[in-house]
Amino acid sequence: MEIIMSVVIGFLFMAAVYLMLSKSLIRIIIGTGLLSHGAHLLLLTMGGLGGMAPPVVADGVSVADYADPLPQALILTAIVISFAVTSFFLVLAYRAYQELGTDNMNLMRGTEDYE
Amino acid sequence: MSLVFLIFLPILAALLIPLLFKKLSRIHTGWFVLIVPVILFIYYASYLPQTMEGGTFTSEFQWIPSLDIAFIAYLDGLSLLFSLLITGIGSLVVLYSTFYLDKNREQLHNFYVYLLIFMTAMLGVVQSDHMITLYLFWELTSISSFLLIGYWYTRDRSRFGALKSMMITVFGGLMMLGGFVLLSIMGNTYSIRELIAQAPDLVQHEFFIWALVLILLGAFTKSAQFPFYIWLPDAMEAPTPVSAYLHSATMVKAGLYLVARFTPIFAASGLWVWLVTGVGLFTMIWASVFALKQKDLKGILAFSTVSQLGLIMSLLGASAMGFHVEDAANTVFKYAAFAAIFHLVNHAVFKGSLFMVAGIVDHETGTRDIRKLGGLMSLMPISFTIAMIGSLSMAGIPLFGGFLSKETFLTAMLAITEFEPFSMDVWGFLFPVIAWVGSVFTFIYSLYFVLHTFTGKHKPEELPKQAHEAPIGMLIPPAILAMLVIAIFFIPNVVGDWIVKPAVLAIQPFLYTSPEQVDVHVSAWHGFNTELFMTLGIFAVGGLLFWLLRKWQPVYDKLPETYSLNSLYDFMMYLSDSGAKRFSALYMTGFIRSYLAYMFGFFILIMLTTLYLVDAFVFDTTNLAPVGTYEIFIAIALVAATITTIAAKSRLTAIVALGAVGYSVALFFVIFRAPDLALTQLVIETISVALFLLAFYHLPINSKKEERISFKVGNAAIALGVGVTMTLVALSAHSQKLLPSISEYYKETVYSEAGGGNIVNVILVDYRGFDTLFEIAVLGIAGIGIITMIKLRLSKKEGHHENK
Repeated sequence: MEIIMSVVIGFLFMAAVYLMLSKSLIRIIIGTGLLSHGAHLLLLTMGGLGGMAPPVVADGVSVADYADPLPQALILTAIVISFAVTSFFLVLAYRAYQELGTDNMNLMRGTEDYE
Repeated sequence: MSLVFLIFLPILAALLIPLLFKKLSRIHTGWFVLIVPVILFIYYASYLPQTMEGGTFTSEFQWIPSLDIAFIAYLDGLSLLFSLLITGIGSLVVLYSTFYLDKNREQLHNFYVYLLIFMTAMLGVVQSDHMITLYLFWELTSISSFLLIGYWYTRDRSRFGALKSMMITVFGGLMMLGGFVLLSIMGNTYSIRELIAQAPDLVQHEFFIWALVLILLGAFTKSAQFPFYIWLPDAMEAPTPVSAYLHSATMVKAGLYLVARFTPIFAASGLWVWLVTGVGLFTMIWASVFALKQKDLKGILAFSTVSQLGLIMSLLGASAMGFHVEDAANTVFKYAAFAAIFHLVNHAVFKGSLFMVAGIVDHETGTRDIRKLGGLMSLMPISFTIAMIGSLSMAGIPLFGGFLSKETFLTAMLAITEFEPFSMDVWGFLFPVIAWVGSVFTFIYSLYFVLHTFTGKHKPEELPKQAHEAPIGMLIPPAILAMLVIAIFFIPNVVGDWIVKPAVLAIQPFLYTSPEQVDVHVSAWHGFNTELFMTLGIFAVGGLLFWLLRKWQPVYDKLPETYSLNSLYDFMMYLSDSGAKRFSALYMTGFIRSYLAYMFGFFILIMLTTLYLVDAFVFDTTNLAPVGTYEIFIAIALVAATITTIAAKSRLTAIVALGAVGYSVALFFVIFRAPDLALTQLVIETISVALFLLAFYHLPINSKKEERISFKVGNAAIALGVGVTMTLVALSAHSQKLLPSISEYYKETVYSEAGGGNIVNVILVDYRGFDTLFEIAVLGIAGIGIITMIKLRLSKKEGHHENK
């Protein structure tokens, strides 16, 4: 299963990078969204996918059968942080539309030196 | 009085100068400054009787004891000679400058502060025994020289000359620092004296040649040797007292001092002998030839300074040869070091006076252009006499000091022909030939300088001012120097015994142990020998060529300017300036796409190279979880949603597809037994999609025209590379688990230690609660940031913002 997940993660990274290299600001943010999904799944996969029971103490489940709880805790933190950053970016993009009147990254170049 | 303190006396005096300039503006500030070098000169002169007998003096002041850095003043014959030159000519230059610079029009406080800083720096260079403080003072000479050259900072030429000299001398200074560091590693000490004591061991060291070349670079740049001499003619934009002091008598001799001081360490190397002698002689002939091209009085003197410095440098190289000659103290080889120091003294004296005369001519006629000058002899008789004495000494004519040092120079160069090591027997004959040709040109430009200025037809209509003799105060310093020039001719052995021989001892400790052993006796008449005939030849050929000067001097104007060293320097400056700008404009495109492409490209490159180089790719199929049907379906859904995200024509579709990816991930979390993750992922994906839709709704109208994301091969290749790299890294990371997980501890103790059942939640708030605290902080900061961005609308002021 881990092999299939590795391929899926690779695919997510590929899609994310492709979108991040595009001109449109909103596509870049979509790309970062895909990138964080890929990273979260990578964390989970690297912890091992073999656990038979969710990491909640229950009668009749031996310690060895629980899924690894540590990557899950890490992912939970990562999800919240990436959400915070994504929402900040989105509002930033929204404000950029309002002020600059464009969402094309090629038109948002720095100073006139580049002309 | 402590010798270390005396080094700092001028710089301490400099602190008072602005105050004196402001409070006592009726008196020329130069008179106050004059006290400092005069006191120092008298004090240093009192050491002469002791150094004559080979005595040395040290004085130490700790600076950074933990790093073994201290100011160590070491006074021996060589240091004392330079100290006397610095303070003696310094006194005369300060006296001259009080008449040269106008107290009402010039910013005298700047001038004298820079000059006093320079004096401290030079005294520090010649007296430091510690290499790090020697370097410190060395750079201080570069900086104070930069300030002095750029003294008239409103002129473009001054700023250009100051920058050029700064670039070249600081380049050399940094190279020299590298050499010093290597030397200190080799000898495990910073003290030059201790290094000299270890010299036989140092030759074997692998850093020896590097240290040698780097230190020579420092010496050659400072002493304006080929090809680094180009800064010196441009430094002539400085006020003439500065040219006389820094660029003839003192700073340019710092490189000679360095070579002389380090000769005992490096003399054992053939490379040192070749480089110092060869570069010195080449510089001598090159600069003497090009001195005749100059039209500016100070330009002629600058090239003649370069030429004479080359002459002294070649003699220092020849003195290092003495190390390789059997019984050198009893052969003609003994003359080289003596000739070097003797000529150094002579040159400082006559060149100082010549610069002062050039300044007087400039001051009294308003021009330094030799084509406009002429016939000043009857108008300025005293200046003419001084210039004549200086020039004839420079040309090497009897009755003047220069004659004697020119004779010893020829003696030393003839000695090289008998020198056998390093295949000198093959090329040795070239040395006296080059020396002779250089001397011929020296003879011509000396006459050119003095005769074309003072004799011939007077052209009053071309001069900006009515020419007349300078005030007496301005004439006193060059007159004193001119008298010294003549005095040296008549009492050469007094100068030799008092000043030159103790210095020779410092250069050639491998030959002598006390100054009395230096068995050199200079006399004006030394019989009919080869040197005398060479000198007569110089006079004959030089005189003839000077007589025909008008016929062949125009050849210089036909030389292409494009191939000169100055245009090479200009081109290098242009290249480093605009070339660097063009280079950075090449990759700093301003497109975020380019920068991301660099980052991802290097990510792929570095990761794959590392995987390949350390042979890290491992594929291991044990320890894998079984493949389930649901997982396959979700994976297919996720991939399909991802493809839709990329390929979607409208952004709305892309956003919805991104939502589908997020929900598939949540389903994965369900399947892989992570209930808390699934809950969080569902909620957050919902909010994210809502936010995306909000942003989408506010798209500006003109770019609402939807277009499909166009396929770009480059982008696709980078994306594919990143995807493949990540898969490979994930696979090999999973295939080699080096340590067991620490999660066993959490699983076992979650109830007994923490009293909870949900292991993930307990980790988040109990075992690793700090992560959660700061994740809350991140969320809070994002919220505040969003509010700020929306609420805070500072009005744009038109025309005030630079970016558009």
